[in-house]
Amino acid sequence: MAMKLRAPGWYRATAFVGLGVLFALGLTSAVRAASGLDPVIAGEAWLLVGLIAVPLFFLVGIGCFDYWFRWAAGKPTVPEDHSSHGAHSWRDYFRVNTDHKVIGIQYVVTSFFFLFIGGAVAMIMRAELAQPGTQIVDGQTFNGLFSVHAALLIFLFIIPVFAGLANYVIPLMIGAPDMAFPRLNALSFWMLPVAGTMMVASFLVGPFASGWTAYAPLSTTQPIGQMFFTIGVQFAGASSIATALNFLVTIITMRAPGLSFFRLPLLVWANFSTSLLVVIATPFIAASQFFVLLDYGLGFNFFSASRNGDVLMYQHVFWFYSHPAVYIMMLPGFGIVSEILAVKARKPIFGYRMMAFSLLAIVVLGFTVWAHHMFVSGMQDWIRVPMMVTTAIIAVPTGIKIFSWLATLWRGVLHIDTPMLFALGFLTMFTLGGISGVALAMLPFVIHVSDSYFIVAHIHYVLFGGSLFTVYAGVYYWFPKMTGRMYDETLGKVHFWVTFIMFNVTFAPMHLVGIEGMPRRVSDYPEQFASWNLAISVASIFLGLSTLIFVYNMVSSWVGGPKATANPWRALTLEWQVSSPPPIFNFDAVPTVVGGPYEYGVPGAVHGVFPDPDKDGADAAKQQPATTPSVAQ
Amino acid sequence: MTEETPSGGRRSLARMLGIGLVASVLGVGLGLAIDWFPVQASTQASTIDTLYDVLIAVSVPIFVLVSVVVLYCVWRFRARPGQELEDGAPIHGDTRLEVIWTALPAVLLIALCTYAFVALDDIEAAQPDERRIRVTAQQYAWSFEYPNPRGGEPIRAEELVLVEGETVRFDIRALDVIHSFWVPAFRMKRDAVPGITTQLRITPNRRGRYPVVCAELCGLGHAFMRATANVVSRQEFDAWMAQQTQGTQERGG
Repeated sequence: MAMKLRAPGWYRATAFVGLGVLFALGLTSAVRAASGLDPVIAGEAWLLVGLIAVPLFFLVGIGCFDYWFRWAAGKPTVPEDHSSHGAHSWRDYFRVNTDHKVIGIQYVVTSFFFLFIGGAVAMIMRAELAQPGTQIVDGQTFNGLFSVHAALLIFLFIIPVFAGLANYVIPLMIGAPDMAFPRLNALSFWMLPVAGTMMVASFLVGPFASGWTAYAPLSTTQPIGQMFFTIGVQFAGASSIATALNFLVTIITMRAPGLSFFRLPLLVWANFSTSLLVVIATPFIAASQFFVLLDYGLGFNFFSASRNGDVLMYQHVFWFYSHPAVYIMMLPGFGIVSEILAVKARKPIFGYRMMAFSLLAIVVLGFTVWAHHMFVSGMQDWIRVPMMVTTAIIAVPTGIKIFSWLATLWRGVLHIDTPMLFALGFLTMFTLGGISGVALAMLPFVIHVSDSYFIVAHIHYVLFGGSLFTVYAGVYYWFPKMTGRMYDETLGKVHFWVTFIMFNVTFAPMHLVGIEGMPRRVSDYPEQFASWNLAISVASIFLGLSTLIFVYNMVSSWVGGPKATANPWRALTLEWQVSSPPPIFNFDAVPTVVGGPYEYGVPGAVHGVFPDPDKDGADAAKQQPATTPSVAQ
Repeated sequence: MTEETPSGGRRSLARMLGIGLVASVLGVGLGLAIDWFPVQASTQASTIDTLYDVLIAVSVPIFVLVSVVVLYCVWRFRARPGQELEDGAPIHGDTRLEVIWTALPAVLLIALCTYAFVALDDIEAAQPDERRIRVTAQQYAWSFEYPNPRGGEPIRAEELVLVEGETVRFDIRALDVIHSFWVPAFRMKRDAVPGITTQLRITPNRRGRYPVVCAELCGLGHAFMRATANVVSRQEFDAWMAQQTQGTQERGG
């Protein structure tokens, strides 16, 4: 037992959580006693400090810091035996592991776990909204439901699930044995379940109920449940920043020989752009939530108008992150779709360079549009017009991508399987979301529909019809690589069609009820919206149930699906040139890249060449017939 | 269909264009036929509704274009039996096409922005002889203050009474958290922000009673934070105002 408590793992983590609770109690009581506050033991103060301390204790206990602590303490370093690399049984997924492939799967599975919780929360919301009046939950609980729903799906699903897929795929795609900082990678992952557990645990004390936007001064005057969001976001954000740094360094420094930037698969470009956004923008949401925490916990009055606080400043800081964040939630999906469309249409990506440059254009423009979330907020009037123009113009690089994808389909040989269906579904649904986005840039119109159900419709077309469709596409596409098994194609197609139809029945009518005057974030509404809301609620049940098809397919295929070959899609990118699942350090020999990633249909085209293991690795690449007629793009 | 080789020549393009054109016309027709908005009860409403119609007319063909290309490609270029190992045409790009689909949307978007800017100027233009009404939002109720025609204490009301055809400038403030003053029938909205006074201008032009809605999440009673805007004739308004001032005098006396 003593050994188990000393070794990193769940026993030690549990013990450390206990220590964290005691630490929070001791610290708050000591400070309160020293300040002469009564009572010395105050539940809320204890809880607030605990929310910050316990997760840190947990992370130490589970073993995220062992190596660094050892090094910092000047102890002799342990020779790396790679015991925390690779997964030999399912138990290894519940340990601190430094293998990017294990971490990738940990990320994806954890994110989907929170997707299902967030989705279930949405279904309770829709049940309440099926009829006017109050049936199931009261106003404050309802506010908590949509707040937790949005917070989970944004911070614990879409952002990390993309990070998870990229974690798995990118080192393989660029010919690297792992990420640049494997231990940091593990720490990034373990902060996620902490953040997610915290947000879900807010139901124990009454959930945070000021929306995922947590506008001050509502958020600074809410019950203690609010802090489960305010602090949880810090852990999700820190995780996000650390992963983005990791991706940047990995992509810049660990590309295989010959893999220049303009030979990178677009998924790598997409995650490079996303990581730039994360590194620059995420500190802003961290700041906004620290302001709220200080206002709430220590009475700093950043946002209390009666004490010269500035209420609008919260929104500026918040949206300076949260607008770029919508691209953080979309660019990796663009990357996934580029991979899938090229492979499944058997054609090179149309206009590769513009596809890469448009990503960078979105990164830059993404920082110039934040105040379009504040068109009716009461900020200075003049700033609205330039923000309207930039918001409209950001549709240009996005349009380039859509048109280039369409041109990629043209004269291809299209394999319409599940990943392709989701990619094509994304193409059409995201176009709708983009169009309503342009409409929302138009000032006179947005004055009417801002904070209405039209917004709810728009974000779900962008994040569900957009992001989630690309996530499904990506999970199906790389499933054989990740698990070494094939998924069930028929079930995949059924999953797509049920999701696609029910998604539209659920969210399309929201445009209409929004324009007709139904505000968002309400637990009750006038009789005139009753029939549409009932229809939406019924459709949402089927939309929720459609995920069960997905879960069944994933679980049963992983356990007993037919074995996957190394390259079932006949793709050129490097991750498909190694076994499924890949060897523990990805490549037994480092490949040399000699051409573009999407040279389908080009006779004799090669992307990467692998040295022949029987010959001397150094000059093996030269001996390969590197016939690349149209490498130059 | 199987005899045709998937070459995607001019005939394919023309056929697709034809399908797209018909679908666009049908789509725009449908978009305009849908009764999207609540009743128009202000001059601002008609400007905004017209803008929306223009947006429908521009947007639907773009969506139709994307969908038709996707569906057409799926139908025309899907892998037929025997094509499992074939590849598509190795087309890497076309600079002219890429310039067109960068420039054309940019021009279109700038044009839309210009139109929206003119419309914005129109709906927010100051009018002579505006009535000023102070709107106060607090959890979870609205109150409205009118300057007292006889001087002295302003008139406070729980109902928003407006004169048909008279422009009103609202000075909006909040006492606790952020709220948002929205009258869907007028199409206009502005947040009520603690610490600052925000402005909104509306010219009601249709008599009737319309809901005033709080559009910004403000706490547990947010969904129920509603009031009524009552647009009346000038005579009715004067009568109402006289009644109100009498009330204040009695209370004051």
